[in-house]
Amino acid sequence: MSTPQSYEAAVAGSPDKVAEFDHGPQSFIQKFQHALHVTPSLVPLIVLVMSIVIFGLLLGSKFFSPFAMTLILQQVGIVGIVACAQSLVILTAGIDLSVGAIMVLSSVVMGQFTFRYGVPPVMGVAFGLLCGLLCGYINGWLVAKMKLPPFIVTLGMWQIVLASNFLYSANETIRSQEIAEKAAFLQFFGEKFKVGGAVFTYGVIFMIALVLILAYVLRHTAWGRHVYAVGDDKEAAELSGVNTDKVLISVYMLSGLICAFAGWALIGRIGSVSPTSGQLANIESITAVVIGGISLFGGRGSVLGTFFGALIVGVFTLGLRLLGADAQWTYLLIGVLIIAAVAVDQWIRKVSV
Amino acid sequence: MEPILRGRNLVKRYGKVTALDHCDFELMPGEILAVIGDNGAGKSTLIKALSGAVIPDEGTVELDGKPVNFHSPIDAREAGIETVYQTLAMSPALSIADNMFMGRELRKPGWRGQFLRQLDRSRMEEVAREKLNELGLMTIQNINQAVETLSGGQRQGVAVARAAAFGSKVIILDEPTAALGVKESRRVLELIQDVRSRGIPIILISHNMPHVFEVADRIHVHRLGKRLCVIDPKQHEMSDAVAYMTGAKEPDPELSAA
Repeated sequence: MSTPQSYEAAVAGSPDKVAEFDHGPQSFIQKFQHALHVTPSLVPLIVLVMSIVIFGLLLGSKFFSPFAMTLILQQVGIVGIVACAQSLVILTAGIDLSVGAIMVLSSVVMGQFTFRYGVPPVMGVAFGLLCGLLCGYINGWLVAKMKLPPFIVTLGMWQIVLASNFLYSANETIRSQEIAEKAAFLQFFGEKFKVGGAVFTYGVIFMIALVLILAYVLRHTAWGRHVYAVGDDKEAAELSGVNTDKVLISVYMLSGLICAFAGWALIGRIGSVSPTSGQLANIESITAVVIGGISLFGGRGSVLGTFFGALIVGVFTLGLRLLGADAQWTYLLIGVLIIAAVAVDQWIRKVSV
Repeated sequence: MEPILRGRNLVKRYGKVTALDHCDFELMPGEILAVIGDNGAGKSTLIKALSGAVIPDEGTVELDGKPVNFHSPIDAREAGIETVYQTLAMSPALSIADNMFMGRELRKPGWRGQFLRQLDRSRMEEVAREKLNELGLMTIQNINQAVETLSGGQRQGVAVARAAAFGSKVIILDEPTAALGVKESRRVLELIQDVRSRGIPIILISHNMPHVFEVADRIHVHRLGKRLCVIDPKQHEMSDAVAYMTGAKEPDPELSAA
């Protein structure tokens, strides 16, 4: 029974060594490519450092100051938070076009509940967060249970949520002074404090904390590994015992919740509650994610990369403005960066080991 | 002797196609049962029904004499049935250790595991390395290597190691040698016998007759959605088995009754 097949006997004398290949002297480029493959957030980090150095050389202390640096952080605050939500969804090989709409609706709910129904601001915020969570749940349920493509689901939800936002708010803005007088808690994330020349807002602190927490969760918890596994190969994840529906729904819910937090931070940033604000958040968040090196096909990349991606956009925007360039140059360069980032992603994927 | 895993009267229809047509199945404790059949005979559906990936329309599956109702592969795994799918079901971008523990990760003891839900990376890596060594897969240098950087044989080895590490009742192997070279196939066959010697029964689906006849204790011949017969590889020729499964020859009536 256990006699090997006769043709296999011929193998007996063959050397035991596994095929070894002469790699030749590994060039610097190959080593670099390997390093990038292992640590995908390295690319945006390098681009970020380089762009800071270049703008620093061109502009001197005007750019290279704690004030300007922290100004960039404040300017990317909202997009940075939304991009964290977007990262989670894109890691599962999905996309969330409704992030901006959920953010605005949540901020409107926070404002309207506080001013129209007179609930305490803390409760108003809580209802706003709940609203984001619910929108995320609907997205997740449609994607996981109804098996609809995320692009279609969130394209539809974008319109639905945005229309609800205008209908519910009656296109009415709650003015900044009014909020500051009666419900300053809504503007909490806009409050500033200074450390030397650096100016921080609580919104910026929240963004950084969020990035660090998500980086930890994605890397060091089972749920985080499951998010990657679902994005990498959903069927394989399912067969190896991951409850993929649960993972997907939780990802979209968390995304909705983070967007609601972004809505709260948005009130702090612009002062007022406006149903027409934040219209570009979905495109800007996808931009940050792509420049940050997360693969749109899912399963690859890190949330740290997204953070660097958001900062790169912020550095370009402020740097070019200080140089006195036309704002269109910013968009042009960001377009180039997007295409370059995806090209680099393809190049990195080519390498094995 | 009672079968450890038994399917009775299993029926599964996909629209107008009947993939399983009142099919019976028995796996005895400690044996290697090969399942052979032509393409489209319904082998995969049978295996999926036993491993929870497909819910049969009719019929029952019994494990250790007790009826079980698997709604997903997770249920079957929890009951001790591990399956190595032909596609291997691994996440290419994740590491070997991550893949081996996918869906049953170990958390750190103490507060870091309980409150921060932190994974116990070093324990998982240690166990994964140990399991791979047991199977002689020492050629893998780095347990944190992404699975996509492994060769086909190495991937197969990792998938089998995963099943062997966690399968307590039954291990199902779907075409484990199909993608492998001569030496790698030999190693997987040795591994199969190694697993059996630990007392764990194995269901082996394969198209490779020499491999089937070498390791199997009994051979379940599947044809047109049901069990045609069960034959003993010591008393039959490979050509008989092929003739039965393609319909060129009808088995003796006494065999069909088995």
